[in-house]
Amino acid sequence: MQIIENDKKYDVVIVGSGAGGGMATKILAEAGLSVAVVEAGPFFDPANPEQQTQLKWPHQSPRRGASTSQRHFGEMDMAYGGWQLDGEPYNHVGDTKFDWFRSRMLGGRTNHWGRISLRFGPRDFKSKDRDGIGENWPIGYEDIKPYYDKVDKLIGVFGTKENIYNEPDGFFLPPPKPRLHELYYKKGAEKSNVKVMPSRLSIVTKRINDQRGVCFYCNQCNRSCQVYADFSAGSCLIFPAQKSRGQVDLFVNCMVREVTVNDEGRATGVSYINKEDRQEYKLKGRIVVLAASACSTARILLNSKSKQHPNGLGNSSDLVGKYLHDSTGADRMAFVPEMMNRKRYNEDGVGGMHLYSPWWLDNKKLDFPRGYHIEVWGGLSMPGYGFGFNPNALNEHLGLKVGGYGNGLRDDVKKFYGATMGMSGRGESIARKENYCEIDPTTVDEFGIPVLRFNYKWTDAERKQAKHMHDTFEEIIHNMGGIALGEKPGADKNYGLHNPGAIIHEVGTTRMGSDPKNSVVNEFERLHDVDNVFVVDAGPFVSQADKNPTWTILALSWRTSEFIIEELKKQNI
Amino acid sequence: MNRRESIRSIVLGSMAGSLVIESCAGAPEEVVVDKIWKHQYGRTPKEAAINEKLLAEQFFISHEMQTITTLAQLILPPTEEGTIEQAGVPEFIEFMVKDFPSMQTPIRGGIMWLDNHCNNAYQKTFVNCSEDEQKEVLDQIAYPDPNTKVQKQEVQFFSLMRNLVMTGYFTSEVGIKELGYQGNQPNVWDGVPEDVLADHGMEYDADWMPKFIDQSKRNDTAVWDDEGNLLT
Repeated sequence: MQIIENDKKYDVVIVGSGAGGGMATKILAEAGLSVAVVEAGPFFDPANPEQQTQLKWPHQSPRRGASTSQRHFGEMDMAYGGWQLDGEPYNHVGDTKFDWFRSRMLGGRTNHWGRISLRFGPRDFKSKDRDGIGENWPIGYEDIKPYYDKVDKLIGVFGTKENIYNEPDGFFLPPPKPRLHELYYKKGAEKSNVKVMPSRLSIVTKRINDQRGVCFYCNQCNRSCQVYADFSAGSCLIFPAQKSRGQVDLFVNCMVREVTVNDEGRATGVSYINKEDRQEYKLKGRIVVLAASACSTARILLNSKSKQHPNGLGNSSDLVGKYLHDSTGADRMAFVPEMMNRKRYNEDGVGGMHLYSPWWLDNKKLDFPRGYHIEVWGGLSMPGYGFGFNPNALNEHLGLKVGGYGNGLRDDVKKFYGATMGMSGRGESIARKENYCEIDPTTVDEFGIPVLRFNYKWTDAERKQAKHMHDTFEEIIHNMGGIALGEKPGADKNYGLHNPGAIIHEVGTTRMGSDPKNSVVNEFERLHDVDNVFVVDAGPFVSQADKNPTWTILALSWRTSEFIIEELKKQNI
Repeated sequence: MNRRESIRSIVLGSMAGSLVIESCAGAPEEVVVDKIWKHQYGRTPKEAAINEKLLAEQFFISHEMQTITTLAQLILPPTEEGTIEQAGVPEFIEFMVKDFPSMQTPIRGGIMWLDNHCNNAYQKTFVNCSEDEQKEVLDQIAYPDPNTKVQKQEVQFFSLMRNLVMTGYFTSEVGIKELGYQGNQPNVWDGVPEDVLADHGMEYDADWMPKFIDQSKRNDTAVWDDEGNLLT
């Protein structure tokens, strides 16, 4: 096959258009650089009526919102993709169960995520100092704080100043008032001495600039907002970058195979397959910024084998793909009889919880390391496929008959509407060298690119954390006058701990460090081995805290982008 | 060209020519265009083609559709609030079995079981039974045994039908209205209504109140001091 070379040489070639790639695009383009953004999925703009699902009704779909092979979180969800992609498999080694969620579209997974935008705290960067486990980051909170501040102001995040050491405050927009089920949660949690506070979500509750609309409370941030009132990388970073003084060329539906190198082993650009004509192309750049997501970036690096880098690019340490770790997760649902037969009103609110609980305990008194936060869900929400299944199963708790037929079922559904709610624990797992992704020499995707296979095992540290989550959930549910639904998962079910990958916070595959022997990138996310390649997704995370990774990806990507600009000014690259 | 015509041109043009030809055998072109016109909700070309293909196919034969409709009417008899026909429940079930093929055999087989049972008991098929006879049958299959984990086939069949009917109804326009869901429209959330708070013995903490968004200022551009205190 002939490889077609593009004559143009860009200052920067960015692979991936999610949080990390989007931020790099904005900062580098605004500095006047010419930028090529290579995205494996199609163009997407939440304001495009042809692509919108926001404010659609379930009955506009013949399947009423059920999930499909093309959208695993329901067909109204704005992620083109899911746990499996047509023609792009991945494999597991042994009894590993790793779930990998990929979204193929401009903006990547930022179009549908929960917008939970938490800063890592001072302790999160130095956890090893505290418990001797894992590794410290080479940087600390003070290094990244100015960038968190800038991200807050640029993108917008609501929250409240709480003066909690490890939950640093920022530049917040005011949060919305809690919903009814959240007040029940607060009542129950506070009885258990679990801290409850307004959540911190990147949703514009108050005008932030002229380019972004203000939230109109439809509860559908997962469908990506047509007035740009939520953070998505396309609407908040890439589109503004296109209007800046720099030059941004988008290469959509282009699947990167590898980073190309010259005789000295420095990067010269990338090669990619255009999905539309299935031809292979080469794109030249002075600098390559990888932001394909932690595992996809590891895959590209490991597939970028050359005479100069026989073990894959940036992999002299043999650590690319290692230390893969995802958040722990466990969930429980509750029935609150006091919320039966609720008065109806529009309770949509923002897309996500209005209240949450940050980690509140001291691990010295616990049998597991690290913590978790609790997310809350429920409310008078819009029905979709699945609503009304087992319409009166909750009658079991009221001593009434379950099953049947006839119009009594209408009354049952209306009686129980909004009377259930739930909690999700999302915690910090330990980054381990033994948990990793690697190239599977037995399988290629439909573009002929070798795919990943996963090796991952949870340990007691994570299992005990999940057990603690469930104990806490049951106590809170009891305290708020609710009934915990389903059976409490025991040891045989890993205490309800989700498979690794399932929380979609996978990080750590190109870990940051000052010693090239035990890390892949330096503190500016630059490959130790190659001075003109940077990684700005969650690959460089040394540990991931009990926080969602996006805000830290954004802050680090901004910091790295400024470093790149400085290095170019000094002609160091 | 108006929107409807432009959709027709997409259907007949580049998007899925072969599907239109295929669909001509099953349904008149006008019907296919109508169905696709009804279902515009931000599909990618690939998704639109999948929907179009499924919408043009017919899985259940007319006797099966009749049985499904009769069952649906027994599960949710018509009221002034809405009927399963207004909610499009039978066509929703027809679509779902094509979308989730694993439901095809349980439902097709369940219908055969129902007719066989009725033939033995009443010497006629389920749809030809009187309402009393139909209910006599349903009384035997509509209540899962709380003491077993795996229910008998006919009980599973009825539970599946009930699930599909209930979700089909309550995701429809009439069903959502009956439920009383009031969202999915631009709105300004300013907390749980006072009377609801009182009913549930809840209140917003006084020290929290100043922290929440003042909705009268939501359009004033945010400005902070250096410590992150909001000034506007």
